[in-house]
Amino acid sequence: MMSLFWAVVFRDLRLALRHGADTLGAVLFFILTGTLFPLALGPSPDLLRHMAPGIIWVCALLAALLPLDRLFGAELEDGSLDQLLLLGLPPALVALAKITAHWLTTGLPLLIAAVPLAIMLGLPTATLPILLAGLLLGSMVLSLVGGMGASIVLGARRGGVLLPLLVLPLITPALIFGAAAIDAARTGLPWGPDLELLGAFLAGALPLCPLAAGAGLRAAVE
Amino acid sequence: MLDDVSLSLDAGEAMLLTGPNGAGKSTLLRVLAGLRRPDGGALLWDGVPIAEDRTAHATRVAYLGHQDALKPSLSVVENLHLFARAGGGDMTAALKAVDLLPLADLPARLLSAGQKRRAALARVLLAQAPLWLLDEPSLGLDANAIVLLGEAIARHRAAGGVVIATTHVPLPLEDVRHLALPGAPDPADRWWDEQSSALSSSDHEGASA
Repeated sequence: MMSLFWAVVFRDLRLALRHGADTLGAVLFFILTGTLFPLALGPSPDLLRHMAPGIIWVCALLAALLPLDRLFGAELEDGSLDQLLLLGLPPALVALAKITAHWLTTGLPLLIAAVPLAIMLGLPTATLPILLAGLLLGSMVLSLVGGMGASIVLGARRGGVLLPLLVLPLITPALIFGAAAIDAARTGLPWGPDLELLGAFLAGALPLCPLAAGAGLRAAVE
Repeated sequence: MLDDVSLSLDAGEAMLLTGPNGAGKSTLLRVLAGLRRPDGGALLWDGVPIAEDRTAHATRVAYLGHQDALKPSLSVVENLHLFARAGGGDMTAALKAVDLLPLADLPARLLSAGQKRRAALARVLLAQAPLWLLDEPSLGLDANAIVLLGEAIARHRAAGGVVIATTHVPLPLEDVRHLALPGAPDPADRWWDEQSSALSSSDHEGASA
């Protein structure tokens, strides 16, 4: 069963490679919106350094939302979702496989792209590991919660509009703790608790979100 | 939409579902596949309700829907790879059976409608499932491919498989049962009456308006 799970993940990775423009779109969006802030706020290093954690986190969240709309939508439209659900995998595992692929093709590149953006905004290099650790957990949470949201709005008209409205409120705790951890590291406060809370959020989302997403997929093909 | 329909099939049997557009043929197939929950009634496999474990039922089903479910950017083999893995079927044999072997490495977007249909049929073969649910399998197929489809179904039945197919046109099947779904009379279904002398078992036919 696990080999079948990874076969679904690899199928999605292969699809993402073939549609390189779509995959890179989220990362480019992330870098572009990030670079807009210095232009809009003015070139004050202090201000940018102060706002950098929030800018990076908000931009990463919005960028990761972009491909969510098509995560299950494309599968539903061309009938592939029927075939995926008939593979013999529980629907929750089908959803988790697609969520894993979403993280590998969106979350992971965002993580890498966050480094140059952080340096550009003047974030002290000592806080970079905290930023990456927080974004690592946060991007996983976003893929999970986002995948759940995407499967719930699947088949709904205007699903693309509904999706951010559903996902963004749910993801705010991750945003708060993730940005707070970097702020704490920057000002010399303990940043451990923030990351631990983020990890707790992930630990809760990991079993629950795929279950809800699987039920959403079942409902979508009915 | 669909009321008071009952059917049961034994190993090796085939059933054709006919009826006018909108009679519920596709809906019935999706219910049989476990993709859709029936509003009422029961669906048993070897006497066990499939609603108990729909994931287990999924492994017994090879479903050919209206859509071919092929990704345009992937080649035929890449499209089918996952399903060969899941069902354990032999890719070369399946592609040969639908005469797609020369096109195996072509991206699906370059295939014609009939070739895409044949690729979707290859997926049914790869699933190696006892129950084939085919929604208008001959859609877009040329005469040669329809013969191949008939041969594939015959082999599947000879191995003890069950086939339920919806159709609007005659399919090259022997000793097949027929279920006409309720709805307005469809002149297109007359071809069946002309062939029905071969019909032996009508005990499980159930249809009412």
